[in-house]
Amino acid sequence: MAEYQNIFTRVQVRGPAHAGPVLPRGSWNRIGTPSYSRLLGLFGDAQIGPIYLGFTGTASLIFGFIAIEIIGLNMWASVDWSPIEFIRQLPWLALEPPPPAYGIQILPPLAQGGWWLLAGFFLTTSILLWWVRMYRRAIALGMGTHTAWAFAAAIWLYLVLGFIRPLLMGCWCEAVPFGIFPHLDWTAAFSIRYGNLFYNPFHMLSIAFLYGAAVLFAMHGGTILAVSRFGGEREVEQITDRGTAAERAALFWRWTMGFNATFESFHRWGWWFAVLCPLVGGIGILLTGTVVDNWYLWGVKHGIAPSYPQVFPHVPDPAASSSLGGQ
Amino acid sequence: MSVALRLAAGGAVLVAAAVILFETERPPMESIQRGYRGLGMQQIYNPRILANVAEENQAIASLPRFPDSGPKAGAVYKNVKVLGDESVGNFTRLMASITTWVAPAQGCAYCHDVNNMADDGLYTKVVARRMIQMVQKVNVDWKSHVAETGVTCFTCHRGAPVPANIWYNNPGPIQAGGMAQTPAGKNHPTGVAGLTSLPFDPFTPFLEHDADIRVVSQAALPGSDRQSIKQTDWTYSLMMNFSQSLGVNCTYCHNTRAFTDWDQSTPQRATAWYGIRMVRDLNTNYLDPLHDVFPEARLGAEGDSAKVNCATCHNGVYKPLFGVSMAKNFPELTTAH
Repeated sequence: MAEYQNIFTRVQVRGPAHAGPVLPRGSWNRIGTPSYSRLLGLFGDAQIGPIYLGFTGTASLIFGFIAIEIIGLNMWASVDWSPIEFIRQLPWLALEPPPPAYGIQILPPLAQGGWWLLAGFFLTTSILLWWVRMYRRAIALGMGTHTAWAFAAAIWLYLVLGFIRPLLMGCWCEAVPFGIFPHLDWTAAFSIRYGNLFYNPFHMLSIAFLYGAAVLFAMHGGTILAVSRFGGEREVEQITDRGTAAERAALFWRWTMGFNATFESFHRWGWWFAVLCPLVGGIGILLTGTVVDNWYLWGVKHGIAPSYPQVFPHVPDPAASSSLGGQ
Repeated sequence: MSVALRLAAGGAVLVAAAVILFETERPPMESIQRGYRGLGMQQIYNPRILANVAEENQAIASLPRFPDSGPKAGAVYKNVKVLGDESVGNFTRLMASITTWVAPAQGCAYCHDVNNMADDGLYTKVVARRMIQMVQKVNVDWKSHVAETGVTCFTCHRGAPVPANIWYNNPGPIQAGGMAQTPAGKNHPTGVAGLTSLPFDPFTPFLEHDADIRVVSQAALPGSDRQSIKQTDWTYSLMMNFSQSLGVNCTYCHNTRAFTDWDQSTPQRATAWYGIRMVRDLNTNYLDPLHDVFPEARLGAEGDSAKVNCATCHNGVYKPLFGVSMAKNFPELTTAH
């Protein structure tokens, strides 16, 4: 059983591949003959396929491919079609939303952010189709739809950033560019423009849930791996059929901090922390610029931003008195 | 593990090690508290880099000054349009100093026709004369930025005919155009703003023209402030450049909890504010007009002349030459003319 005290999974099951339960009428066929991969088996299940693409999966991939094409080709054009520069500069390249002058015009000229809107449309459609697919696959397997709703929380944040908030602000220019570093620069610029997002209570909550989710996941992963020598990784059986592993894991936490989650409730903790992170984060973004323009000043107004002793001689704003001109 | 896996893992470790070794700075760093405790107003210095910076930014000795007596340069030499009131001795002393500061390898002939020193045939002489006027302007009219320390030619030139840190209008890399998105002035790796994807030429709008730098809202609730996030990118890039030009963190001037609040800023922020106006003045009134004096090889891609920004004088140091005043030895450069 010490086999489990490893970074990688040491036990790989080989046997007649199982395609899964019979699909309901109207379903597409599953694709691919199952095979095994030793490499993937180190990280997950060694069996690859069959996969169920279905209508929504296929459509999602097509829409997603078009979005990536639009983004990628515009990036490539920005280095004059140089393949070397495209790879070298890739993390810096971006497809920008329209300039402020276009407001929320349905389709500005392609070169003026029209491509960004098209890419956004195709990417959003792709993501929503994938959500439908997740929901329907869960139903087809007789499962609950928890993963689909968790995914919906992430989609909410994505839609707030790229669609809902820009609409409320009356400007696509408020949205995030498609690009690796550029979207990070956008994040910092967003916080600067709106007076420091750290004073946004929903941002605070989002961080708490983010870090909280990480702590919960570490506790859970650690607990399960620690009792895997007693078969603790077979959580589902252990929830109903109490045995050594579940008992010990529960006892460990009860002895450590006096209280323990159950094998079932712990997953609610994890699910809610993970879901609430983008959910409240999205609320925080939605309020920024629409109802609060400077979070620091808002914090001062509501007594959450303390003042500190000034250690420097006071310097007035030179623009207020100087004849050297405005800003 | 299989051999292929071991090789892959080994490769990944090597790549990670290379990134850590060559793309980051090793500890320990020196941290200096500037603001009230707990505010994170720290200056972080890498002592190993600082040692090199200190070595590269030393002031040099000045020639001894002669008594201000005897005939004036303007009366003795022909075509003396600036500094004509100086004694011949001190005029010659300044010329020799300028040679050391600007063209030590090339000598007098870099600017002068040695057979006729009065001749204005070389463009370098015309530029040098204008630059002397610029230095005087800085020392006389921009004490709000340079205080009594002042500047000399050496502040920027450091023994090179062209200062190490100059800039030109930057239209950016060539793009395919056509139906593809139009260039946005950003989203390429830029050395002027810490290798970010921020705008690669924040200088033209802010240090040549006088575009509005202030983007942070001044009221808690939305009102008439229409500054965009895109605009903030430009200010952000400019501020990153200030930071790297002076070798300081944001907190040298700002309390980053509220960048815009003057009540929480350090006095250096006001010094920088005047510096921005000074640089605009120098670029528009002294450097831009020289574009038809310079030969083509000295011009930028847009046909503009070289311009100054913070790094031109500061060269990575919070005070040029660590605050050592060479100008005090050259009163002809620090008085009104």
